[in-house]
Parts: sequence; structure tokens; C-alpha cells
Amino acid sequence: MTMADVTVTVNGETRTRSVEARRTLADFLRDDLDLTGTHVGCEHGVCGACTVIVDGRAVRSCLMLAVQAAGREVTTVEGLAPDGALGPLQQAMADSHSFQCGFCTPGFVMQATAFLGAHPDAGEREIREALSGNICRCTGYQSIIDGVLLAARRGRQA
Amino acid sequence: MKLPSVEYEAPGTVAEAAGLLAEHQDEASVLAGGQSLIPLLALRLARPALLIDVNGVAGLSGMSRVNGWLAVGATTREYQAEESDEVARSVPLLAAALPLIGHEAIRNRGTIGGSLAHADPAAELPAVALALDAELVVRSTSETRAVTAADWFQGYLATARRPDEILTEVRFPVAPPGTGAAFHEVARRHGDFAIVGLAAQLTLKDDVISDARLAFSGVADVPARARDAEDLLKGQRPSQELFEEAARLAAASLDPPADLHGSSEYRKRVAAALVRRGLRAAADNAKQNAQENAEERQ
Repeated sequence: MTMADVTVTVNGETRTRSVEARRTLADFLRDDLDLTGTHVGCEHGVCGACTVIVDGRAVRSCLMLAVQAAGREVTTVEGLAPDGALGPLQQAMADSHSFQCGFCTPGFVMQATAFLGAHPDAGEREIREALSGNICRCTGYQSIIDGVLLAARRGRQA
Repeated sequence: MKLPSVEYEAPGTVAEAAGLLAEHQDEASVLAGGQSLIPLLALRLARPALLIDVNGVAGLSGMSRVNGWLAVGATTREYQAEESDEVARSVPLLAAALPLIGHEAIRNRGTIGGSLAHADPAAELPAVALALDAELVVRSTSETRAVTAADWFQGYLATARRPDEILTEVRFPVAPPGTGAAFHEVARRHGDFAIVGLAAQLTLKDDVISDARLAFSGVADVPARARDAEDLLKGQRPSQELFEEAARLAAASLDPPADLHGSSEYRKRVAAALVRRGLRAAADNAKQNAQENAEERQ
């Protein structure tokens, strides 16, 4: 069994752990760093619940190995509200009653964070396209789209 | 499921990667973007003893124009090619196909070489490579060779890559002036593997089709070229009737598999519809490009 020391910057903090090569980034975050905000759904890249941001881009943390994150900067949902107050996207989604059970929430929030960061002027069509890789079994998606649109609108007004 | 226990190496050079492959042969799997391989590991459909992670291999990522070709390094990520002006200009068919691959988070990790080495016949890039007669460059410790796309795809998830070879580069021919391209597909949901997909490219010279390229995804265990339809199109003026006839010929050449997403007959009907749509879109795109070129020259 190959063990390797991995140092990753997670939400601005440098973290080092010794991991097996087969450890996914998702399990590394949850089990080694106790950051259980990242949810693990299908574990093979279909559902999007484990989406995190690596070096500014949304990735599925179940399809990336922890050893591959060495030296990179990872942002998880915990990093969006470091002082406990909701970030602007989270607040807009709460105001829009975007979610029900909450299982898919961190994946949607991270995917939307990365997307709005790169495309602050996006409209509904682009937002639907950007979120098309995330699955929600409760809402029917409309409330999620509403939340992201509200965040985009507030961002433009600010 | 969790991934099976596996050894891991992350070589820094192509020579080191080739050395590891020479030693471990098909006991090793090459890990690039991981968007297909890691699910295979999670589902225990792949059980390699060793993962050779090529993400850190120097010189494997990036794009450059070499004579009439656009050379794309094997670990160039799909989003990088998608956002590249050079790809949009030089290989419009590739540019048309890239946004249809999976979802944004998949394209952020997935690589051009990885998709072609994985060789899923339902995927977009194998059809693009086949339509354009792309060349795939592989390297072992003793030899470097280029394989044409027609020879590369040998069966379901099977390629001409030998167990001791690493795919280093994919060369796409630069589209001649007057070329238009389209990638159309029918899928249950956007981002899913398509039931049938079509890569279509037309080159127009004085409003006559001088070159036509059509390749399907999802209709066989390898991507499938529609040569009869291509031959019919060449030398003709684009027209609705011509495209109808090309669609009929292209669909007649197929014997697609049936699965829970669609019967063989349904796939043939979808294929014919895609040829009609794809050719119309490619012809419109070619005329538009010709017009833009003419305006630039003025």
C-alpha cells in the first residue's frame, strides 16, 4: 500500500496528511480533515454533490485523488462562510428557498460559486447549463435557479 | 464505492512514464483527467496494480500550430481547448464538440488525450478525431509512432496503443478556408452520453462542396465514418435534396446496437435526422466563415 504525505491549502489553511493513493479528494476532505460539508452521493462522478473548487475551477472531488490535490488550493462550502455568516450566494439561495433536504446543496453552491465568479452577468439559460451536471431529487430545480439568479442580480447591483 | 487499493507513480517526464509502462505493461493504467478511469475504479470495472499519473509530465499539455496541423498535448484539458481561440479558428469541428462533453466540472479535469485513449464509442472526441483523420502520437521507450484515427479505434474501449506506449499528442488537420462544422447529438439529458452523435464538416469552394466529413458516435463499438454519404456530397452544390439523400445513405450504412435508450431502428432514424441537421448547420457555418473572410480581406 502506497502512503504519501499530501499538503493542500484548504479554505486558506495549509493542511498535511498521510494518505493512501486511492483516497479521493472527497474522502480526504471529509474523513482526514473533518470537513463534512462536502457531500458524497454517487461516488462515481454522476451526481455533482461532491463538487468543490480547485485552483478556481469547479471539479468533482470524488473523481480526483487526494494526492493530485497536493500543492493546490481547494475551496469547500465551509470556506464560503468562514465566520459563520452566509455568503451572498448562500443568502440569496436561502431567501429563494432553493433547497429542501440539503443533500445536493454544497455541490450546487460550489458549482454556482465558480460559475458566477467567472460569469457575473450570466442569465437563466447559462445558469441552467452551468448547473446541469448537478442532480437534485427534491426541488425540480426552479427554486435553485431562482436563487442563483437572485445572487447574480444582487451582485450586479452591489 | 471506494477505489480499490492501488500503487501510484507520478512521473515527471515522458521517458519516465514510458519506462514505467515498459515495466508494468497492462498491469498499469495511465491516469490523466480521471473522469472515466476513476469511475471505472470505483465500480471495480478496472483493477490495475499501478496508476501512472501523467498530469505532472512535462511538455504533455498545450497546443501549437505545426505546418498544417494543430498539435494538442495529450493532457491538455478539455476546458483549455474549449476556451482556445486557436482551436476555434483552426479546428472548428473540435470547437463545436467540446461544449457537449459531460458538464463543466468534467471538462475542467478531463483531457483530450484521455478521452481518445479511453475510446468510448459514445463520446464526442473519438468521432471528431475519426472525421478529421487526426493522428495520435504514441511513445514507448524504444519508438515514437503516429497512428491515424481510422487505425486507432479497434473496438469498445480498445485502441491501437500497445501496453508499453503512452499517448503524447493528438494532431488535428487545420481546416481549409471555406470550412464549416457542426456537432449535433440526441441525448436524454444534456451532458449525458448521446444516443447518437454526429460530427459534420463541409468545405465549400465557389459554393461547391470540395470536402465532406461525417462521423457518428453511439452507433457501433467504435466511432463510424459515413464514407458513402461523404462521396455523394463531394463536387455537389449544397441543397436540401442532396442532404436528404446523404442522410438516407449514411443511415443505411449503419447497423447500430439496441439498448434501453433506443432500438436499432430508432438509432438509424436519429442518425438520418442528425445528418440532415448537421449538414445544414455545417453549410451555413461554412458560408458565414467565407463571408467573414471576404469582409476581412476588404
